[in-house]
Amino acid sequence: MTDPLDDLKAAFDAATRPPDTVKRADTLTRAQEIFDRSQGSAAPVRPRSDRPLFWAGIGQGAGQMFATLTSRPALTATTALVAIGLIALVPILRQGPQVPGLGVEEAEIAVRQQDKAVTGLDAATPEPVIEPMIMADESAPALDNRLRLGITEQRLQPSTSAPAGAARETFAMEADSAVSGLVLEHPAPMPDIAVRPEANTEAFANEDPNPVKVASEEPVSTFSIDVDTASYSVVRSSLMNGYLPPAEAVRVEEMVNYFPYDYPAPTADGAPFRTTVTLLETPWNSGTQLMHVALQGRLPAIEDRPPLNLVFLIDTSGSMDQANKLPLLKQSFRLMLGQLRPDDQVAIVTYAGSAGRVLDATPARERATILAALDRLDAGGSTAGQEGLQQAYATAEGMAEDGDVTRVILATDGDFNVGIHDPEELEAFIAGKRDSGTYLSVLGFGRGNLDDATMQALAQNGNGQAAYIDTLSEAQKVLVDQLTGALFPIANDVKIQVEFNPAEIAEYRLIGYETRALRREDFNNDRVDAGEIGAGHTVTALYEITPVGSPAILNDPLRFAAERGTAGDTDELAFLRLRYKKPGEDASQLIELPITPAMQGNGEESDFAAAIAGFGQLLQGSTYLGDWSYTDAIALAEPAIGADPFGYRREAVTLMRLAESLSQ
Amino acid sequence: MRMTTGDDDLAHAAAAGDSEAFAALLARHYDGLFRLSFRLTGKRDAAEDLTQDICLGLPVKLQSFHGKARFTTWLYRVAVNAAHDRRRRDATRGKAAEGWGEWEINRRAAAADTAKGLDWLQTAMTALPQELRDTAALTMGDELTQAQAAEVLGISEGTVAWRLSEIRKRLRTLREEELSA
Repeated sequence: MTDPLDDLKAAFDAATRPPDTVKRADTLTRAQEIFDRSQGSAAPVRPRSDRPLFWAGIGQGAGQMFATLTSRPALTATTALVAIGLIALVPILRQGPQVPGLGVEEAEIAVRQQDKAVTGLDAATPEPVIEPMIMADESAPALDNRLRLGITEQRLQPSTSAPAGAARETFAMEADSAVSGLVLEHPAPMPDIAVRPEANTEAFANEDPNPVKVASEEPVSTFSIDVDTASYSVVRSSLMNGYLPPAEAVRVEEMVNYFPYDYPAPTADGAPFRTTVTLLETPWNSGTQLMHVALQGRLPAIEDRPPLNLVFLIDTSGSMDQANKLPLLKQSFRLMLGQLRPDDQVAIVTYAGSAGRVLDATPARERATILAALDRLDAGGSTAGQEGLQQAYATAEGMAEDGDVTRVILATDGDFNVGIHDPEELEAFIAGKRDSGTYLSVLGFGRGNLDDATMQALAQNGNGQAAYIDTLSEAQKVLVDQLTGALFPIANDVKIQVEFNPAEIAEYRLIGYETRALRREDFNNDRVDAGEIGAGHTVTALYEITPVGSPAILNDPLRFAAERGTAGDTDELAFLRLRYKKPGEDASQLIELPITPAMQGNGEESDFAAAIAGFGQLLQGSTYLGDWSYTDAIALAEPAIGADPFGYRREAVTLMRLAESLSQ
Repeated sequence: MRMTTGDDDLAHAAAAGDSEAFAALLARHYDGLFRLSFRLTGKRDAAEDLTQDICLGLPVKLQSFHGKARFTTWLYRVAVNAAHDRRRRDATRGKAAEGWGEWEINRRAAAADTAKGLDWLQTAMTALPQELRDTAALTMGDELTQAQAAEVLGISEGTVAWRLSEIRKRLRTLREEELSA
């Protein structure tokens, strides 16, 4: 029998026809036009003998810097910027990765030695790790300094005395190209927005922001709650690294729900959570109001919680071998271990690198055994993805006893090669296990390869939380402070449906929850999956509503539409329905709540939620905010920080300030 | 003289604004990109569109070429990402995301002598999950080695080898089914 791969190759070869020549020419021409346009109006750059090698070394870092620099003053000073790139980067390349800044003297040396440096650099120069060029709090002065440096040193650049040498042999000069000119006369074009650096395969799950809906045309809005927080961490990590996050990385509801809120607690009996609705002035539009829907989950006494079985499914592929990945995971794990009770059980399964079960189910009291297994974890190797996920679930099933809470926690930097290749098959597998009582949470580590979309999809199907862990304090938040919430569901498949009264409300817009939209009929269909609330969790949703007669109405009434009748002469603005299932039950319970104009009231909690929602929309470049700015977001958030025992809210204000600087 | 210049040098020159370098680079790689696009999509017109997506995006993308990877590796990664983007866009528009699945119609129009081979290829490709299809598309051409394909996909070479054996396994099963049918 022949090798099927050879057959496949032969079939491919036979099937592949040469490209269409007309289309080819057309594409090449258009690409060339785009290329030339992106170079500005300057005359074509003369090829120079030194440039390719020159850029091979310098360009690595400079490109990265351009790609992530978004500060407008820096972008306008293009020539100076290139000079900065040159001065700042040459020494970094020579001295290693952790050079925090450069003195003038060093820079001068760098320039004087550049002749040598240029020829000495080749494409194989170890990749420089460029620290973020704009850091919190010191961004402005640092930038000034670099700019000044760039301008004063520019004349020192060797322009006509570029070295000839090995370079000349590898990159042939054309006859007329010996005309000298500044090497850096034509800086690389810098787009106005941050371009993702090369090799970045991050994929984000998002939809276009919800549009304004006309209440008389589409009075019902249905969505599933969302307790994921990954988007906020991604936003934070971007801002901390000195660039604005890509708009598609921003999911407003995940940012709002990142923060714990102090909403009214549920009563001892009745629903496991309490729903509160308040109306407040919209910070960014005086003609509309925000309808703030708040859910507060009950926090059962910690002592009463059922025993916990945790199976960690850990990605040990080579890419996890970075300080902010596997080592951070190990540290996080230690933090969490301290919070477990002696009878809780832990097991560890690895995949992608070294495959297999590295720790059998072990009671948390055997701390030493667990820590030893943890220390043996090693990223690297090239063992192919084995049946990691199946093994993790099999382990989990072996641990489960009646009344236990069993959860698989997948920790990865984006390699989902867990043993099932088809994403749909994977989701179905996880959903099947969910129905049999084992849930899945996903912890994301590191940036660059993070597959946010898959992470979210898996956690959603596994009734779990998707969280992105970038710092130890984030690990503390996700694994320790919220250990109870993240791991103990108190209500499943929580869906919210709001029906607006067209007699009172002209238009509405759900802020965020784009990826959580449900069809209207799915609300009453108990087979349709939705989000979960964990113990003590809070969930917030915000609608921007425009009352009838407001000057802020965006859509004119239709001329030919029949006037819609409204039920009675109620003053209800809207009617909220909420469905949830108690854990282990298949039939949902219904909560109904009329929303009346009397529910007015701003408070710290709702103000802060509104400020974060506004912040998220600013990052998305939303068109609904008018001239409302980061400054306004800060002004709204600051008085609403409140007690903030863990400092989450203060951190958010810091991020707003960073975003404000970066967006200018 | 230009034609003998290496891809990476050309790419760096193009990234620095050299228009001729860009032209040379694109002319050199267009056909390879098209062949890969065809193997990724399974449709000629989709392959033309995808190649165009890649080429038109390249002037901006090149700014992030730092020479960490070989240019071809980098370019094919850009191509695979573009294919994913396109697939995602198509999926959100409610179109069939799986090009190979739609191929039946085109197949009828294909030359008679290759029809049988195409038929088998079509069946084989649609039987594979997306991930394996991508791996097949990258490795079945002459452009990339197995190691380079691994780099493009951001996975280890071992995983590529494992995926290939998985493909082999599935194709064998397919053949057995055909024989017993």
